[in-house]
Amino acid sequence: MIPSLRRARGLRRWEPRADAPAWRVLLVTLGAVAVAALVVTWVFVAYGVAPREAWATIVRRTLLEPRGLSETVRKAIPLLLAGIGLLLAFRARFWNIGAEGQILAGAIGAAAVALFAELPAPLVIPSMFLAGMLAGAAWGAVPALLKARMGVNEIITTLMFNYIALYLVRWLINGPWKARTATGFSYSERFPAEAVLPTLGATRLHWPTLVIALALVAVVALLLARSRFGFEVEVLGRSPEAARYAGIDAGRVTLLLAALAAGAAGLAGVGEVAGIHRRLVEPTQLSLGYGYAAILVALLARGRALAVIPAALFLGFVFAAGDVMRVSLRLPSQLPDVVTGLVLLLVVASEPLTRGRWVRREADGPPAAADARGGPAAAPPAAPAGEGGG
Amino acid sequence: MSPEEPRPPRLSLRGIEKRFPGVRALAGVDLDVLPGQVHAVLGENGAGKSTLMHVVYGLVAPDGGHMTWEGEPLRLRSPREAIARGIGLVAQHFHLVERHTVAENLALGFPDAPFWRPTRSLLPRLRAAAERYGLALDPQALVRDLSPGERQRVEIVKALMQGARLLVLDEPTSVLTPAEVDALFAVLRRFVAEGSSVVFVSHKLAEVEVLADAVTVLRRGAVVGRRSAADGLDRRDLARLMVGRDLAATVADRASLLSERGRARAQAIAAGPVRLRLRDVRVDAPARAQGPALQVASLEVRGGEIVGVAGVAGNGQSELVAVVAGLRAPSAGTVEVDGREPGQGRRRRGARSQVDAGVALVPEDRTKVGVVGDLSVARNLALRHAHRRPFARGMWIDWQAVARHSQGAVEAYDIATPSTGTPARLLSGGNVQKVILARELDRDPGVVVAVHPTYGLDVAATSQTHERLLAAAGRGAAVLLVSEDLDEVLSLSDRVAVLAGGRVVATMAAADADPEALGLAMAGVAA
Repeated sequence: MIPSLRRARGLRRWEPRADAPAWRVLLVTLGAVAVAALVVTWVFVAYGVAPREAWATIVRRTLLEPRGLSETVRKAIPLLLAGIGLLLAFRARFWNIGAEGQILAGAIGAAAVALFAELPAPLVIPSMFLAGMLAGAAWGAVPALLKARMGVNEIITTLMFNYIALYLVRWLINGPWKARTATGFSYSERFPAEAVLPTLGATRLHWPTLVIALALVAVVALLLARSRFGFEVEVLGRSPEAARYAGIDAGRVTLLLAALAAGAAGLAGVGEVAGIHRRLVEPTQLSLGYGYAAILVALLARGRALAVIPAALFLGFVFAAGDVMRVSLRLPSQLPDVVTGLVLLLVVASEPLTRGRWVRREADGPPAAADARGGPAAAPPAAPAGEGGG
Repeated sequence: MSPEEPRPPRLSLRGIEKRFPGVRALAGVDLDVLPGQVHAVLGENGAGKSTLMHVVYGLVAPDGGHMTWEGEPLRLRSPREAIARGIGLVAQHFHLVERHTVAENLALGFPDAPFWRPTRSLLPRLRAAAERYGLALDPQALVRDLSPGERQRVEIVKALMQGARLLVLDEPTSVLTPAEVDALFAVLRRFVAEGSSVVFVSHKLAEVEVLADAVTVLRRGAVVGRRSAADGLDRRDLARLMVGRDLAATVADRASLLSERGRARAQAIAAGPVRLRLRDVRVDAPARAQGPALQVASLEVRGGEIVGVAGVAGNGQSELVAVVAGLRAPSAGTVEVDGREPGQGRRRRGARSQVDAGVALVPEDRTKVGVVGDLSVARNLALRHAHRRPFARGMWIDWQAVARHSQGAVEAYDIATPSTGTPARLLSGGNVQKVILARELDRDPGVVVAVHPTYGLDVAATSQTHERLLAAAGRGAAVLLVSEDLDEVLSLSDRVAVLAGGRVVATMAAADADPEALGLAMAGVAA
C-alpha cells in the first residue's frame, strides 16, 4: 500500500442522490460558467487589462448595443442547429463529434446549388437549404452505417470525416470552384443575389436560418417527448440490451438520428455561406469551430431539447465576446477557445455535483470527529466507545 | 455453542445503521460470528443482507454502530483493509476478467505479486490452497471458458490465498448444479473445521438448514430472530421469521401442491394445439468457440403446457431463448408460433415480430435487459408494446394511455412502488420482476419464455411468480421455463427437456423424472 495515496479521513461524505432536480442542474451549470468567468478575469489581469472595464466593454458590445446583440444571436444560429442535432445523437449515445464536417458538407451542398443550378429565383434558397441538409445528412450517415453494420467506433469516424470535409472545401476553392478573381486567398465565385439570405436591417443576422433553427429545436423537443421515435432513442441510449429486447432496431434508429443530427448541422453550413460569406470560403473561416462548440451546447443543455436555446445563446456570447476581446481589448484571438475549453471542462467535471452532495459524516462518533478535525488526516482511528463484543 | 466457555467472536457487529436516500437499509444490526462457525444470514430480497455484507467487507461505510474483529475495533475504509484483516468476500456476481487466465485473475488480487511474470510465484500457493480444501482448478484456463461454479471456485481460492479467516458468501448456490452445491458445502465445512468462519448469505431455507451452525434472520434491515443448529433448525420457523407471516405451509407444501395441479392438467394438455415448435434449430457460436452453441434442437410446446429446460448454464439455453424470443436469428431451422414463422417475409425480423406474434419473454437479466432502470415504472410497463395500440397513435405515443395502463398493472400485480413515475432502478428485485411479469403476461401471450424467473427472489415473490406462470399456462399459453433450480423445474413443469453441450439430450414427463437421472443428464453423462 502506498501511504501517500491513502485517502485522508474527512469530515464529509459523498452521498449520491436518486435523481437530479432541474434547479440543481441549473445551479451547477451556472456555477461552472461563473468559475470560467473568474478564470477569464484572471487572464485579463495577467494581460494588464483592467478587468472591470474589460467586462463592461464585453457586455456592452455583445449584449447591450443592438449591433453587438445581433452578433451574439448570429453566432448562436449555427450552434443552435448543430447543437440540437448533437443533443439528439447524444441521447442515444451516438457520439457524433463530426458536426464541424457536416457543417462544411452542408455549405458545399448549398454552394453547389447557388453556383451552378439554373433555378427560378424563388426556388434557389429553399433548394440550397434542402441540398445542404441532404449533404450534411449524407456526411453523417456514413459513420452511422459503419457503426450499425460493422461496429466501427463513431467517435473516430466522425472526427476523421471533419478533416475530409475540410480538405474537400479547400480543394474545391483552390481547384474546380476557384473564383477567377481570387489571387491571394482562395474562395469561390460570389453567389448570385437570389442565393443570398436576407438579414435583419443593417446587421448580419440572417433571420431565415434562425427561424429554421428555432423550429427545429421545437420539432426535436416534440419528437423526444411524444413520439415513438423519441421513446426508442431514449431506450437505446439508456440500455442497448433492453432496446434489443424491446424490439427496437438499433441500426435503423441510429442511422435515422445520425442523419437528422448531421442534416441539422448541414443547415447551419447553409446559413453561414448564404447568410454571411456569400461564397464558399476557406473552411476555418466558414465555420469558426461551431461544430466543436456545438458539442458543448448539447452537453450544457444536459439532454433537454429546449435548453439548447440558452446554451447556444451563451456560446454565441462567448464567440462574440472573443471578437470584442481581440478587436477592442487587443487580447490574443485564441482566448475564446480557452473560454470554450474551460467551460467544457468545468461542465463535465461538475456533472457529478448534480447527482449527489457532500454531507456531514455521522458514522464516526464524536471522538473520531474531534480527532479528524484536530489531528493530521493520517491519524489512526480512535477506538470507539461502547460495549465490547459478546 | 458451548455455553460453559463462550469463545470470543471473530467478528462482532453492534448497532450497525445504514440509510440510503429514502430507505433505512440497516436499522441497528447486531451480529456475532464465532470461529469454526458457519453463520447463515437469512432474509428476503431487500432485507439488507447484501448491504450488511458490504459493510463487513468495507464497500459501504455504515452511518452508525461499530464492529470488532477478534476483540479489536474494526473500522474499514476499503475492501483492501478488509482483506488485510482476513475478511474475504465471494460476491453474487463475480469480479473476474474474462479474457485472462485463472492464475492472472488471482495475481490481480495480490498487490505484492511481482511486476514481471506475476503469476509464477502464485502457482505453488495456488496448488497448496487447492489441495488443502479440495478445490480443483486449472490455473492456465481462461475465465471465459469456465462454468459459473468454476468461477466461484476461483473467487473462493482468491479469498483463501489472501489469508481469509472469515469468508462471506453472498447467495453462493444460485448458479450451481446440485453436485456443485454439495462440493461447495464440503469445502466450507473443511474451512470451518480449521477454526475459520463463514458467513453464508441466503434465502434458501433448505441450504441454511443443512449447512448453518447459527442463523440470524433479517427483515427490513433489522434482526428479527436468531437460531442455533444446536437447538435445531426448523424450516417453517425460519420461513415465518423471514417473511413475517405464516408462509410456512406454502413453502413446505408448494412442491407437492404444484405437482398435483400438474398431473390434473396432463390430459387437457395432450389434446391442446402445439403453439411453439422448433424445427431443427441450430445456432452457431462466435468464430473462436468450437462447434455450434445450439445443435439441431427440436421441441414442441402445447398450449397449457409448461416445459422445463434443465441444464447447467452455457449449454445452449441462452441461444435457445434468444432464438425463440427473436433476439437472434437461427443459423438453420425454423421457430414457429401457432404454426407460422413470425415476421416471415418481412425485411427486418427481431424481437418485435415475436412480440406481435404473442411471444413473451421474462429475461434472465432483469435489471439490464428486462427494464430500463432510468425510465419510470409506467414506461417500463409499456416498453415492449409502445409501438402498438393503445399506447401508439401513428408515430406518436399516448403517454396518458401508458399512465392509465400502469395504474391498473401496479394494482393487479401488487407492485410496490412509490408511484408509477418512479425510476425502475429504485425498485427491489422482486418488484422489478413483477413489472416484467405484468408487462409480459398481461396480454395473454401465446408463448411465454421465462428464464430463471425466481433467481434471487424471496419466498413470497417466488411463489407469486410461480402462480403467475401457472395461470398463464392455465389460460392456454405454451410456457418454456429455463431454470437451473431443479426443484423449480420439477415442481412447475409438465415435461422436462435437458440441454447439455448444446443438444436436447433427454425429454421426460416431470412426474416420472428422477432428480438423480436429471442431474446426470445435465452433466452430459447420459449423452
